[in-house]
Amino acid sequence: MLETYLRNRLDEKEILLMTHIVLGYPSFDDSFRIIEAMVASGVDLMELQIPFSEPTADGPVIVHANQRSLEGGATLKDCFYLVEKATHSFDIPFLIMSYYNILFRYGVRRFVADMSQGGILGSIIPDLPPEEGQEYLDAMQKHGLAPILIFSPTTSLDRMRYISSFGKGFIYCVARKGVTGSNTKFSEGSATYLTKCRKSTSLPLALGFGIKEKSDIDFLKGKADIAVIGSQTIRIMEQQGVDSVRNFICSLR
Amino acid sequence: MIERRYYGEFGGAYIPEILVSTFEQLVAAFNDAKADPDFWKEYENIMATYSCRPTPLTFAENLTKHFKGPRFYIKREDLNHTGAHKTNNVMGQGLLVKRMGKSRVIAETGAGQHGVATATMAAKFGLSCTIYMGEVDVARQRPNVFWMERLGAHVLPVRDGTRILKDAINEALRDWTTNMDDTHYVLGTACGAHPYPEMVSYFQSIIGQEARMQILDREGKLPSRIYACVGGGSNALGIFSGFFDEPVELVGVEAGGKGLDTGQHASRLASNNGTPGVAQGYKTYFLQNREGQMKETHSVAAGLDYVGVSPILASLREEGKVRFEAATDREVLDAFSLTVEKEGLIPALESSHAFAQAFKEANELGEGDIILINQSGRGDKDIFTIADAFCDPQWRKFIQKKAEEYGA
Repeated sequence: MLETYLRNRLDEKEILLMTHIVLGYPSFDDSFRIIEAMVASGVDLMELQIPFSEPTADGPVIVHANQRSLEGGATLKDCFYLVEKATHSFDIPFLIMSYYNILFRYGVRRFVADMSQGGILGSIIPDLPPEEGQEYLDAMQKHGLAPILIFSPTTSLDRMRYISSFGKGFIYCVARKGVTGSNTKFSEGSATYLTKCRKSTSLPLALGFGIKEKSDIDFLKGKADIAVIGSQTIRIMEQQGVDSVRNFICSLR
Repeated sequence: MIERRYYGEFGGAYIPEILVSTFEQLVAAFNDAKADPDFWKEYENIMATYSCRPTPLTFAENLTKHFKGPRFYIKREDLNHTGAHKTNNVMGQGLLVKRMGKSRVIAETGAGQHGVATATMAAKFGLSCTIYMGEVDVARQRPNVFWMERLGAHVLPVRDGTRILKDAINEALRDWTTNMDDTHYVLGTACGAHPYPEMVSYFQSIIGQEARMQILDREGKLPSRIYACVGGGSNALGIFSGFFDEPVELVGVEAGGKGLDTGQHASRLASNNGTPGVAQGYKTYFLQNREGQMKETHSVAAGLDYVGVSPILASLREEGKVRFEAATDREVLDAFSLTVEKEGLIPALESSHAFAQAFKEANELGEGDIILINQSGRGDKDIFTIADAFCDPQWRKFIQKKAEEYGA
């Protein structure tokens, strides 16, 4: 379902844009306003992060957003409420991003069922490699949701093929070593990496980590299918307010 | 394929894709080393020539008289170089770093013991070294920070989360996902993703091997009970490992903090507050809320102040092979005082938890029984913390005078 949507969209656009927010940061009302602004500025799909106290794959900007959201009292109920409101209000695919403990405590099957119920099309769980993810992968399959799996620059071609065999929707390619939000220098190396990713899977490729501006996205045209903007929108929002998000996203096209 | 190892339902390898190849390399290096008979000899040799191994087993005659019952023996891990069992793990991992040809090590530290041990290893082996330490711990453990820096390590205060040990682990993991090519992460306890629980226990098993030989040599029989404090669990697993499948009762003592009913403790296995979860790469009992957000923990001993616990210990509890208890801050200070006064031994506050529980239970045993306590670290180097714990008025005056001298 997700893949078909992406393919149709790719018939019209050279590259798609996926944005990321942390639910409940700075508040749930603001989260909704940001989603609204992002959809209005033509974002193609979004990942909604459910905050976790130990976000080890994230860099300082998103770590801080996770922490603030939890300090503000964010609960799963609040998150699912907002998710449902978003999926009912807007006609783009929404994905959940979170860490495995959130699913594990809630009950993996129950969590996946609730995502499905809430109109979510897929999820990204960065600390759950396929080897540990059988229950999750089975539940996702049962509900027709896309488990978005991850490639990194240290992943071998064989392992990419192995990972791809469990993935649906698209593959999330991490642009470089390190955590979210630091600068990425897009270069020859990134192009070679994406060629290798392309060779190992027939799924569309998203590239994330460190994408900040239009020139990054222009570089990715023809190499990746989806550009992921994460920390940078949070930074812009922190510096210039929620209303600045729309202009920022528009400036990327 | 990621090599995963479970202990019952605990353990595993919940690692981000970016670190998978690094873990594969580490697992391979560790498996090679284990299979190489010269490796353990090399390890024993460096521990003998650099860190006073084998550490003595001390008969605590006055404590024995005081409790009028079982005979007390103390395994003296405090006599290791840098004053704790931490060096056993660190030197072992250091040898693996040399095998892997890496040039930099990183580590987390709570009380600072593991950080200091790692910094000495890095100095000796010529490695560059970065230590992550929660800002709260940096503030309360300045002497250890001082030594790490003198030893050439960069100490980076961590300002995220609760700003203690677990947050330092998160930050070390973030560094590692960036710098894994030349960097090894020297995790300080038997937690984290495979192979860490197994690898750290493997190096710490030297404690149990020695203690077993020593007690059989001295008394011709095994102890009735063994007490060890449990933060992450590495010193406990180290000494227990010499006595598995024997009629010896193994007791792990967690931080009871201000009391198990106050919520201000770090007792994951002895209290009813710990629940299974997955974080920092492994599945175990964590102190977390219903939705899986980690809670703040409390202990007078920074080295026990951690939300998770070794998956091996979690499994041993389920199997009924280790009993878990908690000692409160108050009980720990009393046990510390008694040990200092009766034996002239100065256990770390962490280790004093093991003493406290052994004292509480001494009257359950008779004269024919032996109690073995693992003194995992020494307390004299934590003078600032211990003086504070006792609210020592003369010490306070001394510090105030010192501050005046510095023009504060």
